Amino acid sequence: MSSNDTGSEVGKKSGLMNWIDDRFPLTKMLEEHVTKYYAPKNFNFWYYFGALSLMVLIIQIVTGIFLTMNYKPDGDLAFKSVEYIMRDVNYGWLIRYMHSTGASMFFVVVYLHMFRALLYGSYKKPRELLWIFGMLIYVCLMAEAFMGYLLPWGQMSYWGAQVIISLFGAIPFGIGDAVTLWLKGDYIVSDATLNRFFALHVIAVPLVLIGLVVAHILALHEVGSNNPDGVDIKAHKNAAGIPKDGIPFHPYYTVKDLFGACVFLLVFFAIVFFAPEMGGYFLEHANFVPADPLKTPEHIAPVWYFTPFYAILRAVPDKLMGVMAMGAAILVLFFLPWIDRNPIRSIRYRSLAYKVLLFTFAIAFIVLGYFGMQAPTPAGTIISRICSVIYFGFFVGLFFISKAEKTKPVPERVTS
Amino acid sequence: MKTMMSKMMIKSLKKTRLVLALVFALVVAAVFVGSPAHAASGGFELETPLIDTSNQKSLQRGAQAYVNYCMGCHTADYQRYSRLASDLGLSEDDVVTNLIFTTDKAGEIDKVGSLMANSMSEDYGRQAFGVVPPNLALTARSRGEDWIYTYLKTFYRDESRGGVGVNNLVYPGAAMPHVLWEQQGWQEPVYEGEGADKKLTGLKLATEGTLSPQEYDDLIRDITAFLSYMADPIKHTRHRIGMWVMLFLLLLTGLAYFLKKEYWKDVV
Repeated sequence: MSSNDTGSEVGKKSGLMNWIDDRFPLTKMLEEHVTKYYAPKNFNFWYYFGALSLMVLIIQIVTGIFLTMNYKPDGDLAFKSVEYIMRDVNYGWLIRYMHSTGASMFFVVVYLHMFRALLYGSYKKPRELLWIFGMLIYVCLMAEAFMGYLLPWGQMSYWGAQVIISLFGAIPFGIGDAVTLWLKGDYIVSDATLNRFFALHVIAVPLVLIGLVVAHILALHEVGSNNPDGVDIKAHKNAAGIPKDGIPFHPYYTVKDLFGACVFLLVFFAIVFFAPEMGGYFLEHANFVPADPLKTPEHIAPVWYFTPFYAILRAVPDKLMGVMAMGAAILVLFFLPWIDRNPIRSIRYRSLAYKVLLFTFAIAFIVLGYFGMQAPTPAGTIISRICSVIYFGFFVGLFFISKAEKTKPVPERVTS
Repeated sequence: MKTMMSKMMIKSLKKTRLVLALVFALVVAAVFVGSPAHAASGGFELETPLIDTSNQKSLQRGAQAYVNYCMGCHTADYQRYSRLASDLGLSEDDVVTNLIFTTDKAGEIDKVGSLMANSMSEDYGRQAFGVVPPNLALTARSRGEDWIYTYLKTFYRDESRGGVGVNNLVYPGAAMPHVLWEQQGWQEPVYEGEGADKKLTGLKLATEGTLSPQEYDDLIRDITAFLSYMADPIKHTRHRIGMWVMLFLLLLTGLAYFLKKEYWKDVV
């Protein structure tokens, strides 16, 4: 650990670094966020997905920039310009498949990242704001994905947008109709809608997203990373003021995340090169037909990452109530730090009741996702209703059991 | 002794957690198994043709059939003739002399670099068929190869359908006439049951065509293969590059694994 000897490091600083540091806090920032950011040494499998989300964000931004060079946000040209990218632009197919696969994989890693927070109580004091920033990122991501999906201007793009926008029409007192008109910029989804979604997708939402990601990381580095044991590593510091169970992010977690990134990229590029449609889940079959306002597809399903919420919407017989239930399903997550009243973070030291609750919740979420993709059937509706109750029941149950839970003793230090 | 036991227990616990994590990942992956259905098939079971889009001869025959029988009505104006030449192992001259029948506005034969568009206007299509004949460049991706093959195979005589006089098993009420009737001949529907239970169970050849049923199946298999190629012309290149990418990433993953192990040696 001789690299931690600050004296020798300063001595090694190059003239250029000194010149920059006199004018910009580069070394200070690097130390604060990378080389002297002490992360718990016991991160496990679940801790890869934060870094991976950041990587997918970068993939999306870079591929997105290249796509905009050839894409045309115009009702008459959009579909054809995507096919132009796929066939005539050099490696356009690769850029486009990376972007479409990236959209789905973004949600895969973000859902796993969020589930990690549930497993180890990463949303609890003092990380409530960190969690809220994360939730805001998730909401932005949904908006970004939804508006991006309109751009290829295929049948599913068009009718998916039509269905989702019409949900706002459920708002009573004439507000709903005004809102849908304002969102579409026309009485139907049209060229005007495509243009504004393009503007929002390539500029507005990404700007907000990047700002929120910065806030998320700053908040994380302020309070420090949680860990699978949920213990506070800052409670035990050595003479130099460094947490005894902490290791500098660089090089330890940079090399570990490098390995994680490689494994992720293996999966990612396996999809890009060998199954870019992912059997119709990442690129829906109906989206290879240009948008036609006069022809409604027989079965309109959102892309898989929205389907759990779509299933909740359909499980409620009343449209307005359904929309409210769907909104509540996302909104309730924001309040998790206050719904869960147990101070113990990690699932390792919590009661069996909590474990059962969390795993039924996770299974209900996946089942909802499945039925949200299927055409409605009576059995599917009943199962969706049960799972919707389980979904909300998790939060209600958690609120009540968390106060007086039979927990296990939490260790002082992390367990190896 | 006791600490050793507890250490071992922690180790096995860690293993269980890893297994649990993997199981969770598998459950997520399992949701992806199987694929959402392509467009409906009219309740009739689709046949799966044995197509091979790496067989250039089959694709060439399919292209020939396409430009002769399909393209008069169906445009494919995402695809270029020149791309066809290079992907199907043909010279541009071959394509110009044998496959380009379409003309530009001045009446000149289309250039090899142009898109495979036809001259039928949307208005004319709508007047003639009631609907604009769809662009076929992506049909293999929207409806699937099985659908195309079975569709081309299951036209049958149906006098109740005025204009075209035919119907189709996988796409009942199709606006398209049986373009390949000369080759296939005419099929008649076979019914089973009486009255309300009367059900169309299959088709039988009533009038023979110029091709035997086996030869006809080969023809529509080639057309299906060509449409499949045209929907995803980069597929084979993609797979070839993909293998190298996988190989490179596997090596990099191995390297990253040992690099991590080396760095983490001193973490206790």
